[in-house]
Amino acid sequence: MINKLKSKDLLGTKDLSPEEILLILNTAESMKEISSRDIKKVPALRGKTIINLFYESSTRTRTSFEIAGKRLSADVVNISVSTSSVAKGETLRDTAKNLEAMNPDAVVIRHSSSGASEYIAKILRCPVINAGDGAHEHPTQALLDLFTIREKKKELKGLKVSIIGDIAHSRVARSNIYAMNKMGMDVTVSGPSTLIPVDIEKIGVKVVNDVVKAIEGADVIIMLRIQLERQEKGLFPSIREYSRLFGLNTEKLKNAKEDVIIMHPGPMNRGVEISADVADGQYSLILDQVTNGVAVRMAVLHLLTGGA
Amino acid sequence: MIKNSKILIKNGRVIDPANKIDTVLDILIENGKIIEIGNLLSINKSEIQNPKSEIEIIDASGKIVVPGLIDMHVHLREPGYEYKETIKTGTEAALAGGFTSIACMPNTKPVNDNQSVTDFILDKTRKEGVVNVYPVGAISKGLKGEELSEIGELKSAGVVAITDDGKPVMNSELMRRGMEYASMFDIPVISHCEDLHLSEGGVMNEGFVSTELGLKGIPNAAEDVMTARDIALSELTGARLHIAHVSTRGAVNLIRDAKNRGVKVTCETAPHYFTLTEKMVDGYNTNAKMNPPLRSEDDLKAIREGLKNGTIDVIATDHAPHETSEKDVEFDKSPFGIVGLETSLPLTLKLVEDGIISLDEAIAKLTVNPARILNLNKGTLSVGADADIAIINLDKEWQIDVKKFKSKGENSPFHGLRVKGLVNTVIINGNTFNFEAH
Repeated sequence: MINKLKSKDLLGTKDLSPEEILLILNTAESMKEISSRDIKKVPALRGKTIINLFYESSTRTRTSFEIAGKRLSADVVNISVSTSSVAKGETLRDTAKNLEAMNPDAVVIRHSSSGASEYIAKILRCPVINAGDGAHEHPTQALLDLFTIREKKKELKGLKVSIIGDIAHSRVARSNIYAMNKMGMDVTVSGPSTLIPVDIEKIGVKVVNDVVKAIEGADVIIMLRIQLERQEKGLFPSIREYSRLFGLNTEKLKNAKEDVIIMHPGPMNRGVEISADVADGQYSLILDQVTNGVAVRMAVLHLLTGGA
Repeated sequence: MIKNSKILIKNGRVIDPANKIDTVLDILIENGKIIEIGNLLSINKSEIQNPKSEIEIIDASGKIVVPGLIDMHVHLREPGYEYKETIKTGTEAALAGGFTSIACMPNTKPVNDNQSVTDFILDKTRKEGVVNVYPVGAISKGLKGEELSEIGELKSAGVVAITDDGKPVMNSELMRRGMEYASMFDIPVISHCEDLHLSEGGVMNEGFVSTELGLKGIPNAAEDVMTARDIALSELTGARLHIAHVSTRGAVNLIRDAKNRGVKVTCETAPHYFTLTEKMVDGYNTNAKMNPPLRSEDDLKAIREGLKNGTIDVIATDHAPHETSEKDVEFDKSPFGIVGLETSLPLTLKLVEDGIISLDEAIAKLTVNPARILNLNKGTLSVGADADIAIINLDKEWQIDVKKFKSKGENSPFHGLRVKGLVNTVIINGNTFNFEAH
């Protein structure tokens, strides 16, 4: 069993080995235990500085990373787009170099450009954690999804997963597909053909446009957020039709397995891609995902910033 | 640079596709013109034995002697973007690449859509340029695709073609009228074929790589649709159409079929489209970002077939210099374009080495073919022609190093590549430039 990650950064699940994924999930289990204590803090990263560099608005992920860092006693600094010098036209390289000059121990970056995390990882000596780059990857989301699935299902191998919605623009979908394939899971993607990217099959997934068929036999259903601006771009005719054809509701769920679990990376459009009763229903693990997100991010921070 | 009224190039393998010459010959140049070509032993003796003779003798043994290369698709950036390139640095880069004539695109600031910009380019070339520069004018005012430029005035000022390169004319009616109007002046219309609706937001080829990288793709259809449209408009108007930077199998097929029907269409591709594929973008390599984008393996194959069967007439570079910091950004924020003047020749010679095209065909696509399309009295070694000549060592191996470029642009995906074929000497306007120390 390995005890550390081979790369200095976590940029995507594509580059992780199955052993590395297991290492992160196992580490996250002990981190979850910390979060359940009355005093939710250990000194593992005391004296370490973690910078959350967020170029896109995010409540869940940024807060999750912040809490994760703080529970490990790191000093966490948040930089968000509205308060940084980005508004003054500073390049990402200059921002990275300036952060470097302050000797951080890790930089967590969220950026709208695919490849932005890889770009700054080449500039910075410290670990870079990708908290979502464009439509590319969002590795900690996939890892927390795997953690949540494993917690419920015990074993990952052989599980059937359907990811439903806007696959084309989804970094969550990509990170999950790579990670799940590595763990021996069977992934189907579903959604309108306009939101399924070309050649996605070559990554190792099945494409089934009909959501009802995609749900049949699935152990796990991951619903993705549909952004309303996609409709304006002509990618689907209306929210009404999207919801009717691709939204998950109790009626469609009748075709699912009895022990199916339903997840959503958030933020949800209730009544659009997921009905309120399903989101809040017995199969939903949506809030478990949020809880586990902190544990997984603690694990990643711990493994990468050498707290051991 | 050496200036002599008489130059004798001896013992070189002279390749002049226009005259179907490929043999060892001598060339005598006087006052910038070719005055004799053949086995010039007699001149040789009398001139060399005369101590007062000012003849410069260049021994081209073991090298090829070809018409100075012509690049019909260059962005010189001046006026307006002198920080990216100037007429001086751009023409110096051309010369180093073996080019003696280049056509420059109108997307400068201001746009070359009127006589004064054309005059400025030509005047600046006379003062600072080291190769012949042929401006290409804009089809529409400000490249906006709304109203025609004063094409008649542009033509009389010296433009050799019109184009809205970089920004296709989306309005088919305006394109039709531009073609009709240009045909009065017998200048070709160069089309950058891209349907802006299909390509909107796209930053690389649409395919497996774009899906993996999470980058918005540009489908082949964006190019194919407009290629088909412009061929139809050329058939409608009878205008001469030249399709720029062909990158897709679909476009090659459309152009081949159009040529077979007798449509007056010609086309070019660029070395990167027959050398690289979309895989080059992996790692978010902004030096592999250009428009049209690097395509698939299948498209690359089709481009090579098109070069081989003559569908593709010309190899042009689409030389598009940018400042290094402009390319050193997030992939989607980087501008499109790569430099090409100083790498085109060895990349083309690689096609010859790989048996895709003959050396004669390669030279034709870099000389007489673009000259004919632009109606330039260039690109041959006929007696009486301007002595624009490149002497090339085919066997010389070297490594591409962007730091050694004469161009201001270092944005090349070919940095570090080992190539074969080096320009030794370029002769233009009676001046000799040696690049042996290259």
